[in-house]
Amino acid sequence: MVTFFQLLIHGIQLGSVYALIALGYTMVYGIIRLINFAHGDFLMLGAFVGYFAITYLHLGFVPVMLISMVVVGIIGVLVERIAYKPLRNKPRLSALITAIGVSIFIQNFLRAIPAIGPAPRPFPRLLPLVNYNVFGVTISSIQIIMILLACALMFMLHILTTRTTIGRRMRAVANDKDAAAMMGINIDNTISITFFIGAALAAAGGILYATTYPMIEVYMGSVLGLKAFTAAVLGGIGLMPGAMLGGLILGIAEVFATSINADLGYGISFIILIVILLVKPAGLLGKYSVEKV
Amino acid sequence: MTLLIIFAIYVVLEVLNRTGIINSYLMQIVMFAGINIIMTVSLNIINGFTGQFSIGQAGFMSVGAYASAVITRVLFNTYGWPIYMQIPIFLVSLVVGGIAAAFIGFLIGIPTLKVKGDYLAIVTLGFGEIVRAVIRLIQPIGGARGLSAIPQYTNLFWIFVFVVLAVYVARNFVNSTFGRACISIRENEIAAETMGIDTTKFKILSFTFASFLSGVAGGLYAHLLTYIQPDMFSFVKSTDYLVFLYAGGMSSISGSIVSALVLTALPEFLRFLASWRMVLYGLLLIVLMLKMPNGLFGGKEFKFLQVRNTKRTVEAAEK
Repeated sequence: MVTFFQLLIHGIQLGSVYALIALGYTMVYGIIRLINFAHGDFLMLGAFVGYFAITYLHLGFVPVMLISMVVVGIIGVLVERIAYKPLRNKPRLSALITAIGVSIFIQNFLRAIPAIGPAPRPFPRLLPLVNYNVFGVTISSIQIIMILLACALMFMLHILTTRTTIGRRMRAVANDKDAAAMMGINIDNTISITFFIGAALAAAGGILYATTYPMIEVYMGSVLGLKAFTAAVLGGIGLMPGAMLGGLILGIAEVFATSINADLGYGISFIILIVILLVKPAGLLGKYSVEKV
Repeated sequence: MTLLIIFAIYVVLEVLNRTGIINSYLMQIVMFAGINIIMTVSLNIINGFTGQFSIGQAGFMSVGAYASAVITRVLFNTYGWPIYMQIPIFLVSLVVGGIAAAFIGFLIGIPTLKVKGDYLAIVTLGFGEIVRAVIRLIQPIGGARGLSAIPQYTNLFWIFVFVVLAVYVARNFVNSTFGRACISIRENEIAAETMGIDTTKFKILSFTFASFLSGVAGGLYAHLLTYIQPDMFSFVKSTDYLVFLYAGGMSSISGSIVSALVLTALPEFLRFLASWRMVLYGLLLIVLMLKMPNGLFGGKEFKFLQVRNTKRTVEAAEK
């Protein structure tokens, strides 16, 4: 029973990181219907920006987080403007290939510049590590901060999308681009803001992930991006609560399965995904709409 | 006529190879390009012609690679067998690899082809990753260490034979009643259904057929490299084929052939750039798609691959 709760806590910790990344994924998907393959690389960028901010600027946790979110957010906006925007009215899958191109470019660019290179490097610890013992279950201060922080970010995002003008614009564009344009919404700006938020969330996720598993390298984003995408689809892609739910489920399932076998831990996310999609083809929270003529 | 040209290309390559003008490194690239052509064409059948968004093709490739390698390496252990026995076993192993992949494709296809669009994409991607995780767990075929010492039977001749066969069969498939049914599903699934086409059946059919081709390509790959390992067939490889397909242009077999050739060779020729080569590759890919969003061929075909009476456009494919 103690082991169960111990694993559950690790699962929630991992799940909250997945949820953060999946949120960005799902927002971008919701607004331009693009599977942004480069999203995982925003996460990696976030971790690296954080790394350099700590090593060279000697900043604390909060400023590091903010700097990384802003820098990566801007990169996200640039990527959208350069690589995705020209293809907005072109075949949808062309943008997918540029997304793959962007991903290849970002990873290998960082790998090629001597300041970063291919070697993994340890991520410095920013938060104080205190272990609490609750009925035999060990909870570290990092875990508590991480989970709370992820919740706070998600809550802020929720307020942003449901209670503010920007959020209303974002929802309008996601719902119907042309109609939104006719209502006087600046589509380009709204999409840019969405990319900024999505990339910033990925950066936050990257730093949280690097805090948990303190080893960063240029390819770390691929697998994480894939997991986050899986989480987003699991919950119903384009839906924010779905991304959170999907992230938590995958995180918890992965930790439990990994405790049995490492390869099973890797495969379990996809097995869960396939099983759930077979029962609910539009994801857990998605509504399956029958196409009408 | 076409056959003659193909034969001539083969003879030229083989002569260049034998006389040592093309060194074995270049030859290796040519052979990999051949395998990639088969893979890209197979992906084109699902994505381009049937309009289903499948992105986990490397999974089927690994099934084919492992199945055929198990036959030549583990089951028969053809080392030391007389040469006239080795080749038939090799060919049988390729076919078995293809059938194994097709069977898995069939099994996967029945439930998954009911989900659509991006959901199908992630399911196929997930499937590929599950295959990888499963192979890592099976110890008799090497598990995570991989399967080594596979006899090297794949050579230029066999690559050539299978590429020509695959392209020929794919062209005829697209041209057949089955292919037309698949194209109609791509154009408008509801309309196709109204016209009495069993859409699920044809989707599964094209999925199975494409899986077969991928399986054969996997078999060739295993017997070329002589060593396979589950992580070779990760989603990174699947994305490679996706890139080949879309860079060449959907629904164009010619495009698949050309882009598989070019994009296989390109990173090799950029090697002098050392670690900057993949940076340039990524950039080129972005520029290519920005300049030619419909791919190099944009749905058009070479003369010898042309399909009579049907006009296909990529715009329609994207509908």
